[in-house]
Amino acid sequence: MDKVRIIEIRESVFADNDREADRIREGLKRDKTFLLNLMSSPGSGKTTLLMRTIEALKNEFDIGVMEADIDSSVDAEKIAKTGVRSIQLHTGGMCHLDAGMTEQGLKEIGASDLDLVILENIGNLICPADFDTGAVRNAMILSVPEGHDKPLKYPHIFTVCDVLIISKIDVMPYFDFDLEKVREYALMRNPKLEIFPVSARTGEGMGAWTEWLKTQVNEWNNGVKLLTE
Amino acid sequence: MHELGIVFHIIKTVERVGEENGLSAVSKVTLELGEVSGAIPRELIDCWNWAVRKSELLKGAELVIETIPAVTLCESCSQTYETVRYGRICPNCGSDLTYLVQGNEMNLKEIQAC
Ligand SMILES: Nc1nc2c(ncn2[C@@H]2O[C@H](COP(=O)(O)OP(=O)(O)OP(=O)(O)O)[C@@H](O)[C@H]2O)c(=O)[nH]1
Ligand SMILES: [Mg+2]
Ligand SMILES: [Zn+2]
Repeated sequence: MDKVRIIEIRESVFADNDREADRIREGLKRDKTFLLNLMSSPGSGKTTLLMRTIEALKNEFDIGVMEADIDSSVDAEKIAKTGVRSIQLHTGGMCHLDAGMTEQGLKEIGASDLDLVILENIGNLICPADFDTGAVRNAMILSVPEGHDKPLKYPHIFTVCDVLIISKIDVMPYFDFDLEKVREYALMRNPKLEIFPVSARTGEGMGAWTEWLKTQVNEWNNGVKLLTE
Repeated sequence: MHELGIVFHIIKTVERVGEENGLSAVSKVTLELGEVSGAIPRELIDCWNWAVRKSELLKGAELVIETIPAVTLCESCSQTYETVRYGRICPNCGSDLTYLVQGNEMNLKEIQAC
């Protein structure tokens, strides 16, 4: 009989995933590929925003989209109509994507010869926030009908995101939605958060968002030096 | 199913540690779980008991959960209070400028094996 022993680990449950995510980012840097992880509640307007974003940037970049819906390929088919490369990820019924699943997706889509890959994560505000996917930047969409107190109810996701897109601002007159309040609450959780109010329907605010994304992609793929030339 | 995803990650990590240390059987895994980590202990244990059956190394292993109480700090009056009891609003001064200082943890503490 072997002797029973205790092995101390004292590490976050997510530590292995975090290390794998770091490896993915190193690979993306080498391949000059920018990965954006897009998170939100279901129905917040991710697919619609993506279609508009792709329209704005597809002449500039080779773009790919990875859709992570649990069990349908409707969104992947919509994206395919824009002419960019798109795949459906297989999450096995899970509520989030982890670094391992993202890496498989990147291989499948052939990310190394794309400039920008966007990951439409599974629609919820809790689980995806715990798992680093290896993305260069994390974005979340909060739509006007969801209400301005979401940063108070789901603080964690606001701390892991670089960008907050407030979507469907065209319907603001019909909802009791306070844009200043949402800014205040979100910045309370994460002072570095970039905030873009947009409407994918009217196009309002879309320019500022796509400019930001364009700059991020160029900085990552070419280094800051090229930008100042 | 959030808990199942977490359990799979714990198992993956334990299997890696097992390989690195040449372990043949794991009998107990201890997890430190913050009170407001978002995972439910009961569900974690159910998922665990189901998932370990499929692992050579972890078959029959027990998951022990140690709870870390949630504590919130108030920026306005610099006092701390029990998060679960009082929520987001400081019971001392009524401020909502409050931050969680502990209680969000999900740490793999140790494993017992041979
Ligand atoms: N008024 C308005 N409606 C919008 C806007 N963007 C999307 N919608 C509508 O919101 C609904 C959901 O949009 P989707 O783009 O499918 O949202 P999604 O987040 O991809 O949804 P899931 O993938 O199912 O989680 C659709 O009916 C859209 O037409 C917008 O800017 N303004
Ligand atoms: Mg969608
Ligand atoms: Zn106080």
